[in-house]
Amino acid sequence: MPHDHHHEHLSPSGHPYRPDDDVPLTYWQTMEIAMRELLIEKGVTTAAEIAQQIGAMDARSPADGAAVVARAWVDPDFKARLMADGSAACREMGFEPGALRLLVVENTADTHNVVVCTLCSCYPRNLLGLPPDWYKSRAYRARTVKEPRKVLAEFGVELPDDITVRVHDSTADMRYLVLPARPAGSDGLDEAALAALVTRDSMIGTGLPRPPE
Amino acid sequence: MTDGRRWHDMGGQDAGPVDLDQHDFALWEKRVDALQVITSTKGLFTVDGLRRVLEDMGEASFETMTYYERWVASVNQNLVEAGVYTLEELGARMEEVKSRGATYGEAAGG
Amino acid sequence: MAERVRVRTRMPPGHVRAPAYLRGKTGEIERPLGAFGNPEEQAYGRFGDMRALYRVRFTMAEIWGDSAERPEDTLDAEIYEHWLERVE
Repeated sequence: MPHDHHHEHLSPSGHPYRPDDDVPLTYWQTMEIAMRELLIEKGVTTAAEIAQQIGAMDARSPADGAAVVARAWVDPDFKARLMADGSAACREMGFEPGALRLLVVENTADTHNVVVCTLCSCYPRNLLGLPPDWYKSRAYRARTVKEPRKVLAEFGVELPDDITVRVHDSTADMRYLVLPARPAGSDGLDEAALAALVTRDSMIGTGLPRPPE
Repeated sequence: MTDGRRWHDMGGQDAGPVDLDQHDFALWEKRVDALQVITSTKGLFTVDGLRRVLEDMGEASFETMTYYERWVASVNQNLVEAGVYTLEELGARMEEVKSRGATYGEAAGG
Repeated sequence: MAERVRVRTRMPPGHVRAPAYLRGKTGEIERPLGAFGNPEEQAYGRFGDMRALYRVRFTMAEIWGDSAERPEDTLDAEIYEHWLERVE
């Protein structure tokens, strides 16, 4: 059994594993297996298509969004296209943001943007991968629209009072990407080095890019 | 709610601090996610159909079930409503799946 | 001069995408987004008709009154046309 010791309950990324293959079968897992088999037998999908979709989702990560942000930092024409049509600009770079339209909001010297979905958990998953657990939580969904500064402080982001906070409630057909401000002292960095400064949370608005070394 | 606000409509409600713990997804959860994308992309239901069932499942489900437990319940409900399979077929298959073994790995291997 | 709109105060049961905390609140149209399928029909398996969608910007003062964290901060949300009424 691979999960005998406490420290082995952590994945390579340091997060706990979810119960999976070697724990008692649950009702909902039973439903997933039955549903999947029926969908395959009825010709709705195939095992290969399911595996392909899981692989495609696993391949998406905040690194994709970070590459878009870094390009916008170094290429003003690209940035203009990104702000005008986020989905088209991402496709230029080979990323497929999906049917829902990507809308990019820019952090500046006097504005900080943060994204939430109060009604469910809408997230730019085709660009950034699956959302973090906290994004789907009651606390984040409930509080971000009313006390964004307190919520941001819990993420370690303390905003001075002369910065305007713009909260974006992702209620319908748009998906949001925050374009963080390029960090001071990053002038000499190339696009790849800049992308390494861009965190997932900085593209949701609950974080800032890492400062250059 | 006497004012008509529904439980999932959480914006502005009181809540505690944000819990920043995270977890990786299990294979069965990734499969639920993939089945949702595939079946909705093929037009069997919409993302609003997915949300509608999640909302109608009520607040207790949000508090007691995990994210993908709620999703598999909603995807299933939408597929039944769309006529993709019947409850009879689902119920019989779930019984058969259970009989294969006590763990997810054994039951999914059939 | 941006167009001012108020979110309708209706409270029907069922699947709608206008958040309760914005109903009855007045904001400015930040930008039109085009027309999209009506989620209130699509949720129940009907395609429905297309509805114009707008990004509406509200001040925190408008939404939360005296309990706003900082009154000049803003909240943008996407609201379908049938949830908006023009404010003269």
